[in-house]
Amino acid sequence: MSAVTDQFAVPSAPVRKTPMGTFDLIFRNASFLAALFVLVLLAGIMLSMVVGGWPAFREFGFGFITSSVWDTQNEQYGAWPAIVGTLSTALIALVVGVPLSLGIAVFLTQLAPPWFKQPVSTAIELLAAVPSIIYGMWGLFVFAPLFAAYVQIPLSNIVEGMPIIGTVLYSRSPSGLGILTAGIILAFMIIPFIASITRDMLDQIPSVLRESAYGIGATTWEVVRHVLVPQAGVSIIGAIMLGLGRALGETMAVTFVVGNANRLSSSVMDPGSTIASRIANEFNEALGLQLNSLIALGCILFFVTFVVLVIARLLVARVKRY
Amino acid sequence: MTMATSTKTMTAPHVEWGRVRPARRTADRMMKVIATSFTLIAIVVLFWILGMLIVKGLGGLSASTFTQVTPGPGTEGGGLANAIVGSIVLTFLGIAVATPIGVLAGTYLAEYGKASKLADLIRFINDILLSAPSILIGLFVYVILVEPFRGYSGWAGGVALGIIAIPVIVRTTEDMLRLVPGSLREAGAALGAPPSVVITSVTWRAAKSGMVTGILLALARIAGETAPLIFTALNNNFWFSPNLIGGVSNLPVTIYQFASAPYENWQQLAWAGSLIITVSILVLSIIARRIVRGGK
Repeated sequence: MSAVTDQFAVPSAPVRKTPMGTFDLIFRNASFLAALFVLVLLAGIMLSMVVGGWPAFREFGFGFITSSVWDTQNEQYGAWPAIVGTLSTALIALVVGVPLSLGIAVFLTQLAPPWFKQPVSTAIELLAAVPSIIYGMWGLFVFAPLFAAYVQIPLSNIVEGMPIIGTVLYSRSPSGLGILTAGIILAFMIIPFIASITRDMLDQIPSVLRESAYGIGATTWEVVRHVLVPQAGVSIIGAIMLGLGRALGETMAVTFVVGNANRLSSSVMDPGSTIASRIANEFNEALGLQLNSLIALGCILFFVTFVVLVIARLLVARVKRY
Repeated sequence: MTMATSTKTMTAPHVEWGRVRPARRTADRMMKVIATSFTLIAIVVLFWILGMLIVKGLGGLSASTFTQVTPGPGTEGGGLANAIVGSIVLTFLGIAVATPIGVLAGTYLAEYGKASKLADLIRFINDILLSAPSILIGLFVYVILVEPFRGYSGWAGGVALGIIAIPVIVRTTEDMLRLVPGSLREAGAALGAPPSVVITSVTWRAAKSGMVTGILLALARIAGETAPLIFTALNNNFWFSPNLIGGVSNLPVTIYQFASAPYENWQQLAWAGSLIITVSILVLSIIARRIVRGGK
């Protein structure tokens, strides 16, 4: 009996050749290689920044980061003003942008009537689709003149002579361009990202939690403050970090409105520069060590945004997966 | 009974209206007003920008905008024909580079890699690339394609745009393939189809509209990119050579160079270009969104 089954089993034992075996193998390997390519890209970007910037790091050592000199005549380059400009514009963007984004997320999830939610959501997401250079045009030709006339000049008159505030908020040349203007424009650019992630996070909180809070008589504000925000807490911080990552590396809009001054100023109203704006401005005329120094600036920007984005991605719980 | 009355008088000594204390009511009202006005601010900014583009851009639009090349310094008239065509060429070159890689990588993550450690790592890195500053990608392509070949080229510009588009396509492809029910794949496999055939003729087909949306979103994302093109495709005021070697004119860099130039016709063209590019991108994004909502 067993011999019979063996006889029948043996002919079918060799692996059945599918007609498309080769295609299957090629397809599998091609998709695997494409996926690996994503890793290669990041490694390549990192490597090219380090290699391209190496001459500058070797020439100036640690002083490249701390020095404020940017002298193309004598080939002396330091990154400090650009680093400070990058961090301060990004910080201003967060201070302005985060409350706005959270307000929008709360409005969209808790306050907006259903028929109103979709168009407003779309409008906020379209803010993200507007190209960076258009924000730059708006900032330079529309926002900056208004900002100079209605904020910088009156504010400078008020704060002049005051300790600390008189320095930080005083504008020597009220043109509307400067660190603060760049920060405000950046704020509008990061709002759609923070607001839409926060909205998704708030939407994912089980409505039982919300309803039980309302059930014991909580007001909308109390539900948001004591139930929704603690529930979504870590992901909101992740969304904010994601916005920070955007703000740090944003180039064109900042280049239009930051004023592109190579010196460090103690006032947020004065022109400055960021790493990205410095690179965009000088790259096409740069040669030799200046070019290496600009790539070295890019290297610093890469590692700062990399750390910020890694933290952001770890914090934003990817609930949609699995 | 007495206790109930006393607690009532303790917690709410004088109830003016409803059941909510005035302080809580005020806080609630304030929050609602603030959240609503913040939303209004964002919407006002969007329409302000669009209004600005329409007011300043429509004036500069004419037939010659689409038929004449960008004017040199101090030259009268001119249009944006070479910049528009250059932008279209570069954007489609970018999409042509990114689509095969992005779709295959997304397929690997959704169909082969699934929950493996490597797939998780690739997903994570892809998400970081998704928000990496585009200027760094421009610098990267400058180092690998412009410096070694000693010259700017449309190819470098297309590759830079492609690298920006890849993570977008990977992410949407994977998300869309995940929405395809497993029973479809099992049905295909039960007919004896190998994985590659199941993926190409069952899963991809089922997720087609979603994947197309991803490509459209990537298109919208790269169409307005300026920073990476400054280091790669550069720009010029002539028709670019058909082999795409040398500077290739394109809208974003033209806008960047013309916007704050001292010539009035340059500024006019910058506004017209801004209007063209923004309207195309917004229309693309809205179409992509429609497809997603229609698919659901």
